[in-house]
Amino acid sequence: MDNQNSNPLTRPYSHKDIGWRLFLKTIIARSYPRIVGQQRELSWVFFEILLPMFAVCTYVFVYRALNAPEEYIGFVVMGGAMTAFWLNVLWSMSSQLYWEKQQGNLQLYIIAPNSMMAILLGMAVGGIFATLLRAVTVTIFGTLVFSVKFEIVSYLQLFAVFTLTMIALYGMGMMMASAFLLFGREAWHIANLAQEPIFLASGFFFPIKFLPFWVAAGASLLPLTLGMDAMRQLVFSSETSLGFLSVATEIWILAGLSVAFLVVSKYLLAYVEKLAVREGRITESRR
Amino acid sequence: MSLAIETKDLGRVYKLRGSKKETRKELIALQDVNLTVNKGELFGLLGPNGAGKTTLIKILTTLLSPSSGWAKVAGADVDREPEAVRPRINMVSGGESSGYGLLTVRENLWMFSQFYGVPSNEANERIEALLEMIGMKDRMHTKSSDLSTGLRQKMNIVRGFLTQPEVLFLDEPTLGLDVGAMRDVRKFVLEWLRADKERTLLLTTHYMMEAEELCDRVAIINKGRVLACDTPTALKQRLQKDAIFEIQTSPLNGLSQQMLVDQPEVTKAAIAETETGAKLSLSLVEESALARVINLFTQKDIKVMNLNKRAPTLEDVFIDLVGRSMAEEEDSGQPE
Repeated sequence: MDNQNSNPLTRPYSHKDIGWRLFLKTIIARSYPRIVGQQRELSWVFFEILLPMFAVCTYVFVYRALNAPEEYIGFVVMGGAMTAFWLNVLWSMSSQLYWEKQQGNLQLYIIAPNSMMAILLGMAVGGIFATLLRAVTVTIFGTLVFSVKFEIVSYLQLFAVFTLTMIALYGMGMMMASAFLLFGREAWHIANLAQEPIFLASGFFFPIKFLPFWVAAGASLLPLTLGMDAMRQLVFSSETSLGFLSVATEIWILAGLSVAFLVVSKYLLAYVEKLAVREGRITESRR
Repeated sequence: MSLAIETKDLGRVYKLRGSKKETRKELIALQDVNLTVNKGELFGLLGPNGAGKTTLIKILTTLLSPSSGWAKVAGADVDREPEAVRPRINMVSGGESSGYGLLTVRENLWMFSQFYGVPSNEANERIEALLEMIGMKDRMHTKSSDLSTGLRQKMNIVRGFLTQPEVLFLDEPTLGLDVGAMRDVRKFVLEWLRADKERTLLLTTHYMMEAEELCDRVAIINKGRVLACDTPTALKQRLQKDAIFEIQTSPLNGLSQQMLVDQPEVTKAAIAETETGAKLSLSLVEESALARVINLFTQKDIKVMNLNKRAPTLEDVFIDLVGRSMAEEEDSGQPE
């Protein structure tokens, strides 16, 4: 009996989790490659820290040449840090399911008893944590090099704004992941096309208050626009007057966007999964 | 005996996407497939590329809906109750590159085990033991991107077995492996099956020898249809009445398969071109018919380099059923 129990081919597992425990396990497991694995490829230091810093430096020198208020330097550093999240969502999160299909992982995810939503959430959680490391590095580096001074108005509100921004942004990324899978290369081209205009419309390096109202309002559909605007108001107390909307309003809108993007991504994912099984073209790259 | 897999009139039609002006074409990938696989059985699906094997596996693993008929795995309908099927199955495909290259072998396997709710500490113990069994425990902490094709496939095999499925689907698991790795994988598969009589394994392959060596029963499938289904021995007994000769010759100088079949008492002929000439496989009702074939060679100035009489194989069964060899069928094939 002991011999039988020591054989890994015969010994049964004590149990297998189902329900919400399986959901949580899946999220943790799927976030692991990003949180742990991705840090092993040190090229990220160059592509995700040094390259964004070049853009930050450019804007800082332009503002200093124009004798802009010193707080603008803080704006730019924060924009540079948040760029990491946007690039992560646009190029990594959005294309993830498409890439998983090419690798052969997608079909393994579908036949496993876990929820596909948990897989997507795992990708998002992994993306947030991995990118947070990059964003913090950019912030520290920018702060030290350019002597940025922060005056936090409300830590609680700042935490709420950042958390909601991340939920809404990665909710949008989850939605885009299904769309990319559905439309393949066409969606890739649209994302490519959108990258630079979004840097402008979302005010990564300047206050969006200076944009025409309807342009800023339209750009507010992108969670980073309002997220950055609110965070700047909360981190640089003298800049409240440069805010597009009040912090409270922006928190409500971000909460609404979070719910909307998560709900839409859930339904879009269910639709894509149904299409995969019905037409057989999502899990097969050749048809 | 209870069934692990059951299909009834199962069919799948793909609608192929063309340009907008073209009418949509249809490809019949599976047609009226009726199969039963008993619990504890190692069942083989044998057929050339494009026969419909992968389509059948995709339906049985809930990845694809059937266009007609139904299929049950572990007692549950794959189309209507996929959530009941999924915890009880797993699948490994040949040549797959699943997992993440930046993770180690152990980390990749642990990650996939979590999608099945396996307790983390038990999964880690099991991973170590299974890797030892398949002969790659020393690679446990190697990044999977640094593994050779054979080791990567062994890792995938362990992934399939790790979750202890009731029904395991292996789709061409030894594709592209060297002889040593193939042997390791086959040994591992047999040990896993012997360990528990309730476990069932469905294997697709186009390696005849693999099917003969491993499978309790084999279904021969071509162009989406099951042509025969029985034990390898019973399938081969169908041909015992014929004498089978394998002949290596110089180039055939225009001699066709039809010319050979047109000879009296030659029932089947398959030709495979080789670098130096051709390799023929002939089924003869009487051995005396061989004289007429040799005479035909002489007329065409074809030299016989080697000649063997041998017992029938599953390849001969395939030739008997389809009229040509699996390689010839693949050359004329369609997408799977």
